[in-house]
Amino acid sequence: MVSKPHGGKLVRRLVAERTRERILSEQKEYPSVKIDHGRAIDLENIAHGVYSPLKGFLTSDDFQSVLDHMRLSDDTPWTIPIVIDIVEKTFDEGDAVLLYYEDIPIARMHVEEIYTYDKREFAQKVFKTTDPNHPGVAKVYSLGKYLVGGEIELLNEVPNPFAKYTLRPVETRVLFKERGWRTIVAFQTRNAPHVGHEYVQKAALTFVDGLFINPVLGKKKKGDYKDEVIIKAYETLFEHYYPKNAATLATVRYEMRYAGPREAIHHAIMRKNFGATHFIVGRDHAGVGDYYGPYEAWDMFENFPDLGITPMFIREAFYCRKCGGMVNAKICPHPKEFHVRISGTKLRKMIMAGEQPPEYMMRPEVYEVIRSFEKPFVE
Amino acid sequence: MADEKKYTTVSIPKPLYDKIKKRIEGTGFTSVSDYVTYVLREVLASLEEEEKEEVFTEEEEEKVKERLRALGYLD
Ligand SMILES: [Zn+2]
Repeated sequence: MVSKPHGGKLVRRLVAERTRERILSEQKEYPSVKIDHGRAIDLENIAHGVYSPLKGFLTSDDFQSVLDHMRLSDDTPWTIPIVIDIVEKTFDEGDAVLLYYEDIPIARMHVEEIYTYDKREFAQKVFKTTDPNHPGVAKVYSLGKYLVGGEIELLNEVPNPFAKYTLRPVETRVLFKERGWRTIVAFQTRNAPHVGHEYVQKAALTFVDGLFINPVLGKKKKGDYKDEVIIKAYETLFEHYYPKNAATLATVRYEMRYAGPREAIHHAIMRKNFGATHFIVGRDHAGVGDYYGPYEAWDMFENFPDLGITPMFIREAFYCRKCGGMVNAKICPHPKEFHVRISGTKLRKMIMAGEQPPEYMMRPEVYEVIRSFEKPFVE
Repeated sequence: MADEKKYTTVSIPKPLYDKIKKRIEGTGFTSVSDYVTYVLREVLASLEEEEKEEVFTEEEEEKVKERLRALGYLD
């Protein structure tokens, strides 16, 4: 059977339609808090159970426990603090407040606690560095003085141009069941697929019933593939190269933290909530720059015998001219001069220059799709 | 101070303690407590896994299937 939700039960923090209407009609009576896009989609993820067992933003007990032990205070594995910050106290503990993204009231929050925290400690423990050049650290340094903990209820969805592709855990769970999949391996991605990705996914799929490709949509860096390009590229790859009924594609919105090993655990927990039983942990998973070792994320999983989802450690694939195919360091005996590493950066450069990559690097159909977009990359 | 209430003491037979101590030499475990915690978490997790998974109401499941069909995920 598909994975049990993390913490045992799938969280759903949606309110009945009548309650929702009443809250919205009284919205002026609530203190309001502005939140950014990343926090708004955190809220959605809490409400739809992507972050089960969280029912809201962390209180200080859980926050400190996550920093110190990579677990919630009840011992459930949890590695990334899901928090909301404020600059000054304009409401009190015990209040209910409305959280606004732009002008949309996204959620009601029951404020359990307003607390101060140490930004350097936050950065050091989660990101293993206090260097402000690390994007996750920079984000922490930009937060307000206080964090607010408490449970939430979702009132409105955050506008989503890819709603059609954004499945919730209840939906993926039903989908997997309907397809008769008992074991499902999830793949996290922020890229259009090259042949190296395909190799890794298919190597994993060999051992399970289904493959769940789950691209993360959200804030992008300059030079990244645009969301619609990633989706279309995968659709094309599925059409031409994947067995029917053994793979599916759905997106999740999430703001990357770039916390390397800790975030790899978080990515696995999200996919466990979607129902996946296995999770592919890549090379330099969720890393940025040189802050983490290439396989540091693999070691992290040793700390969580109770994670409830099985990591699959599949080495980066490369093309070997002597083997005549895609291989990895474990199975190819040949020296480096025969190896062609498939680099995402190099591929992007080729595509930008209008140069078609060789077929062992990128499927021609995928290249055609990417090329069909006038501007496939974030500018 | 926070750690004080986060840990408690349990008793295990001394010979078992010694056996574990020997066993963890040269592994990543730095203390018997760490190892015992690890093993207990593992055992509890595997017990929990066997428990029945949560089910949706039929009505809810039908609604989800409808949406999945509309989106082309199901035939
Ligand atoms: Zn070779």
